[in-house]
Amino acid sequence: MESSDVKTIWFRDEACLDAQPGQFVMVWVPGVDEVPMSLSAIDVEGLSAITVKRVGEATESMHRLSVGDLIGVRGPYGRGFTVRRGRCLAVAGGIGVSAIAPLVERLSEAGAEVTVVYGAKTRDELVLLDRLRGSSERLIVLTEDGSFGLRGVATDPLDELLDEGFDVVYTCGPEAMMHTVFLKADRRGIPVEACLERIMRCCVGICGSCVVDGVRLCVEGPVLGSETLRRLKEFGRFRRGFSGRLVRI
Amino acid sequence: MTSPELKVEIAGIEFRNPVMLAAGILGTTAGIMRHVYEAGAGAVFTKSVGLREREGYPNPTVVEVDCGLINAMGLPSPGIFELRGEVSKLREWGVPVVVSVFGSKAEEYAKVASMAEEAGAVAVELNFSCPHVGEVSLIGQRGDLVEEFTRAVKDAVDVPVFVKLTPNVSDIASIARRAERGGADAVTAINTVRAMAIDVWTARPILGNRFGGLSGPAIRPIAVRCVYEIFEAVDIPVIGCGGVVSWMDAVELMLAGASAVQVGTAVIYRGMDVFNELVQGISAYLSKMGFRSVSEVVGLAHKA
Repeated sequence: MESSDVKTIWFRDEACLDAQPGQFVMVWVPGVDEVPMSLSAIDVEGLSAITVKRVGEATESMHRLSVGDLIGVRGPYGRGFTVRRGRCLAVAGGIGVSAIAPLVERLSEAGAEVTVVYGAKTRDELVLLDRLRGSSERLIVLTEDGSFGLRGVATDPLDELLDEGFDVVYTCGPEAMMHTVFLKADRRGIPVEACLERIMRCCVGICGSCVVDGVRLCVEGPVLGSETLRRLKEFGRFRRGFSGRLVRI
Repeated sequence: MTSPELKVEIAGIEFRNPVMLAAGILGTTAGIMRHVYEAGAGAVFTKSVGLREREGYPNPTVVEVDCGLINAMGLPSPGIFELRGEVSKLREWGVPVVVSVFGSKAEEYAKVASMAEEAGAVAVELNFSCPHVGEVSLIGQRGDLVEEFTRAVKDAVDVPVFVKLTPNVSDIASIARRAERGGADAVTAINTVRAMAIDVWTARPILGNRFGGLSGPAIRPIAVRCVYEIFEAVDIPVIGCGGVVSWMDAVELMLAGASAVQVGTAVIYRGMDVFNELVQGISAYLSKMGFRSVSEVVGLAHKA
């Protein structure tokens, strides 16, 4: 367990060994549901992982799994983050840290200079801190209620930080947060890579469930770069529910 | 020699080429459908839409198999009251859009089709692969309902009405004849083939709905056979659908009797490029064989 409602589940899957941070898998809990999950660890001694927050039936079932149980995994799907060197800023919000953790580890291995900003609601929601600490030069943690680290949200320190200058900003978390991160970085001419999330069904580019303004997240994302983010009208404003109906974010 | 004519005319509508996006594939938003049109499709068909919003079935909703895909989406749709906005946008952009309609009663089909027409659909395609209200069997498995429902829609709209036929019947030609009697302007054959997949390790059906529809290369021979049989049975045009991936598949359906073809599952294998690839391939075939237009090959296999 990472926290009272977050658990990391390790599994053995050959296809995932070559995955990139930012890619996701569809996890099948037989008889319950199949849901998309970012890979939170890739090929650690032959195993990969997902870090799951218990929010509903499917995730509840995943939390009740025991070692040796079977889960269905298909993927990895989508385009992940591009690993760059230089000065990298990673902004994680809530459970979005699952996708950011393996990224910062790769960045660090590649010789990048990594700063991480990580915000969650309360101390109990903070997870994977050791991994972030171990792969970054600087880790800034915020909680909305001030129970750990600075009091505030992940976007609070950004104006000051971004003025220091970065080569790239990676982000994963609530979409409103990512939208703010994008605007602040883009205004300063700093490229952004954001890992978006939408309803997933086929994951192979044909059902149209994950479309954001004509972009299929399952094959063209879920990580999108500044050029694409700039022309998305729905980004940060609307997403689509299971029926396809537009819903305000 | 000039390039072969790729334009095709179906029920009075002229399409720039015979390669169309099949209903149920990508057709959720104006944005994505526009991409498909810009990628070269002659027309785009929307995901099937009904009167009311539907979430569809629980995941897993797709499972890839050796030569195709089984899907059990369950007709997720925001409903026509919302989708009509996407249709109007496409019309504004000059993208020919055919709205695929589903329902459980004749009046529902008529109402949805009428609203689709109002929003700018160039035609409607009736998806009869759904159950008649209160029953388990599909509307498309009942010739009497196919005729009745088609007639109800024809009475409600002026745009052409295409009827999409399910292959899960013993005599698809007879169902096609009933659609024609109901006033259908064209029939599309085929929809998916009822199928399922079981996971050997957990001994469970994989799809959330257990049963789904098989599409892709596995069903092309079935589609070819259905188009061939229907072509002999009716006078209205047939649109071929089922496992088209390469130009040869498209030509095969045309020779069987299809005036145009729909493409869906192939997007998995070939991406958005598939539409242009098919158009180029069909054109090259026509040139090589000395045909001046697509219409010259339609149904040629019947003369053999």
